[in-house]
Amino acid sequence: MEPILTADHLSVAFTRYGRGLSRIALSALTDLSLTVDAGRVTALVGGSGAGKSLLAHAVFHLLPRNAHTAGTICYDGAPLTPARARALRGREISLIPQGITYLDPMMKVGPQVRRGRRDGMSRARCREILARYGLGSEVEELYPFELSGGMARRVLIACAVMDSPRLIVADEPTPGLDSQTAGRVLAHFQELAEQGTGVLLITHDLELARTVAHKIVVLREGRTVDEVPAALFQTGEGLTHPYSRALWQAMPENGLIVDREVSVL
Amino acid sequence: MILAGKNLTFRYPRQKGPPPVDGVSLTLSSGERIGLAAPSGRGKTTLCRLLAGWERPQAGQVLLDRLPLAQYRGFCPVQLLWQHPEQAVDPLLRLGTTLHEAGPVDRGILDGLGIRNSWLERYPSELSSGELQRICLARALGPGLRFLLCDESSAMLDLITQAQLWSFLLSQAEERNLGLLVVSHHAALLERVCTKVVSWAELVESSTSPGTAGGCG
Amino acid sequence: MKNRRRNTLFFIILAGTALCSVTLAGGLLYEGAAAADFAQKNLPPCPAHPFGTDWMGRDMLRRTLAGLSLSVRVGGLTAAVSAAAALVLGGAAAAFGGWVDALISWITDLVMGIPHILLIILISIACGRGLWGVTIGVALSHWTSLARLIRGEVLQLKGAPYLQLARRLGVSRGRLVKNHLLLHLMPQFLTGLILQFPHAILHEASVTFLGFGLSPEQPAIGIILAESMGYLTTGRWWLALFPGLSLVGAVMLFALAGERLRLLLSPATAQD
Repeated sequence: MEPILTADHLSVAFTRYGRGLSRIALSALTDLSLTVDAGRVTALVGGSGAGKSLLAHAVFHLLPRNAHTAGTICYDGAPLTPARARALRGREISLIPQGITYLDPMMKVGPQVRRGRRDGMSRARCREILARYGLGSEVEELYPFELSGGMARRVLIACAVMDSPRLIVADEPTPGLDSQTAGRVLAHFQELAEQGTGVLLITHDLELARTVAHKIVVLREGRTVDEVPAALFQTGEGLTHPYSRALWQAMPENGLIVDREVSVL
Repeated sequence: MILAGKNLTFRYPRQKGPPPVDGVSLTLSSGERIGLAAPSGRGKTTLCRLLAGWERPQAGQVLLDRLPLAQYRGFCPVQLLWQHPEQAVDPLLRLGTTLHEAGPVDRGILDGLGIRNSWLERYPSELSSGELQRICLARALGPGLRFLLCDESSAMLDLITQAQLWSFLLSQAEERNLGLLVVSHHAALLERVCTKVVSWAELVESSTSPGTAGGCG
Repeated sequence: MKNRRRNTLFFIILAGTALCSVTLAGGLLYEGAAAADFAQKNLPPCPAHPFGTDWMGRDMLRRTLAGLSLSVRVGGLTAAVSAAAALVLGGAAAAFGGWVDALISWITDLVMGIPHILLIILISIACGRGLWGVTIGVALSHWTSLARLIRGEVLQLKGAPYLQLARRLGVSRGRLVKNHLLLHLMPQFLTGLILQFPHAILHEASVTFLGFGLSPEQPAIGIILAESMGYLTTGRWWLALFPGLSLVGAVMLFALAGERLRLLLSPATAQD
C-alpha cells in the first residue's frame, strides 16, 4: 500500500499584531506528521484548536498570507509546491471545507457541482452523485441560499467527489447532518477508498472516526501524539499513549471520565 | 422553581414554510435535567431561544414560577449556552472584559472550569472553541442562574473538554439545584448526564393533551 | 514580510503633515494671494515664482496654496458633518426599525438617486452660493453610502448572539452601545470619514469650476482652473497645470491614506 499524502514535521505559525506596532508569532501547528494511504480512510482526530483544519489548508495552499509553514508535504511521491497544488486541486485532490459558506452564492447548485461543464456525461454524473446523497434533480436549479445547512453540506461533498479525485480531504463533513445522511456520506467515503482513493477525514468526533477509518492519528496542541489502527479505539485496549487513553475514557459511552493527569496541562 | 413553555409557536419574520416551533410545551423543574434529542432542523435551537427569552413566541408563553419571563430585568435566571462559543463572545473585546461584563464572576467557578488568567488578556480569535465555551459557561453560572439551556453546547468540543465541562456543570447543578435542558443528538451523552430524555414528538403531543403535564415526569 | 501597521502609521503621519502644512501655509498666504502686481504679469515658472504668475501678476504658488487650504478646510468640515450624519441616521434606522427605518431609507435612496453634482448645485444655489452654499451642498449629499453601510452593520450586530447574550446577562443598554456597537462601527466610520475627504474636495472644486460655488474673488482651485481655461489656448500652460496637479496630489494623499487604513482595519487583511 503506497502513501498518497505524507506530511513530515509540518509546522504553521502566524504573525499577528500585538499592542501598537509590535508583531508576535503564534505557532499553531508545531510538529505534525502523518501519512494517508491510497485505498484507506485515515482520520485525524483532535480537540478544537489543535490545528486540524490548518493541515487541510496547508495541503491546498489556502492559508492566509500571515501564515508561515515549515516541513514538507508530499503528494504521490513528490513535494506539493504551491504551483502543483494549484494545478491539482479540484482535479486530483479535493477538499470538503468545514464551512458551508464556501459555496458560490451566485451560482446554481448544478453548474457549481459540474464546474460549468454542460456535456451529457457531466450532467449524468452530477445527477448520480446528488441522488446518492438524497438530493433530487430539482436541487440543481436552486441557489445556495435556498438550501438548508444539511443540504448545503451534501452539495459541498458532491462538488468534491465529482471528478473522482485520488485524494479527498474532508474537514468536519458531518455536523448538521442527521445520523442517516451522515451514515450515507461516510459509507460513500469508504466506497471511494475501496476504489483506491485516499481519504483524510478531519474530525473531533472520535465515535465517527472509529467507525469509518482504518487508521486514527491523534493530534494534540499542534503535534501528532499517536497513530493507531482504528480498531484499538473500539475496546480501548492496546492504547498506550496516555492522551489517547484519556480520549477514549472521556467518550460518554465509556463514562465521560476526566483523566486528571491529562486535563491538567 | 418551574420553567414552563406553554403551547409555543414561533416563526422568524419573512420565514417561509411551517413554523419551526409549532405548539410545543415543556416543563422543567429545579434539579431536573431533561435531555432532548431530535433530528436537525426541527426547531430545537428556536425552542431554546424562546425559553431563554431571546425571542417572543407568536402564540403561547414562557412562565417562570407563573410569571412571564419577560418581566425579569437584569441577569435572566434562564440562560442559554450557545452551540458556537465563538459567536457568543464579542470578537473585538478582550475576554477579561467579556467575562466580567455583567458583574464579577466567582473565583471558584473560574478555577473549577480551569480558566487561566492568561486567557483573559487575549482576544477570542486567539483561543480555541473549548476555551471559549468555558468562558461562556462561567458567565452563565452567575449567582442568579436557576435554569441552563445547553443547545448542543459540547458538540464542537473535543472529548476531554466535553468531559470536563460536564463534570463541573453536573456538580454545580447538584449543589445549586439547577434545572438543565440538554439538547444533543448524542444519545450516549444524554443518557449519561440527564435524569430523563424526551423526544421532540412528545413535546408537541403533550401540548395537545392537557392531561399529561408537558414533559414533566 | 512588511509591517503594514508601521507603514500605514508612517504614511498617515506623512500625509497628515503635508496636508496640515499646506493648510497652514495657505491660511498665512491668504492675504498675499490676492495681491496683484501688474509689473510681474504672465510670467512663466521661474525661481521667484515657481508656479508662474497670472494676467494680474498674482503669484500662482500663493494662490494655489491658499486655494488648497480652503479646499482642505471645506473638505474636512463637510466630511466630518456628513460622516456624523451618516452615523446618526444609519444607526437610528437600524436601531428603531419600522417607520423610522423606512423614512430614512427612503431619504437615502432619494439623495442617492440624484446625481451628486446636480444636487450640490441645487443646494448651493438655494443657500445663496458662496462658501456656505458649497459646504452645505457637499455635506448634505455625501452621507448616503456611509449611512447605508452603518445601517447594515448595526442590523447585523443587533442579531449577533453575543449581543443577545450580553443583554440577557444583564448588561445595560448604555454599556452595550458603548462597549460593543461603537467599537464595531469605528473602523467603518473612520475609513468612511477619510475617504469622504477626496470626494468632498473634488466636488467643491468642480462645482466652483462650473460657476455655482465660491465667488471669483476667493482663491479656490475651482476658480483658478476655470479662469485658466481662457488662457490655455494662448500657451499659458502653467496656469492650469500646477494648480491641477496640486489638487490631484492632495486628493491622492487622502485616498491612499484612507485605503491603507481600510486594509489595516478590515479583518480579512488586518494581519497581513
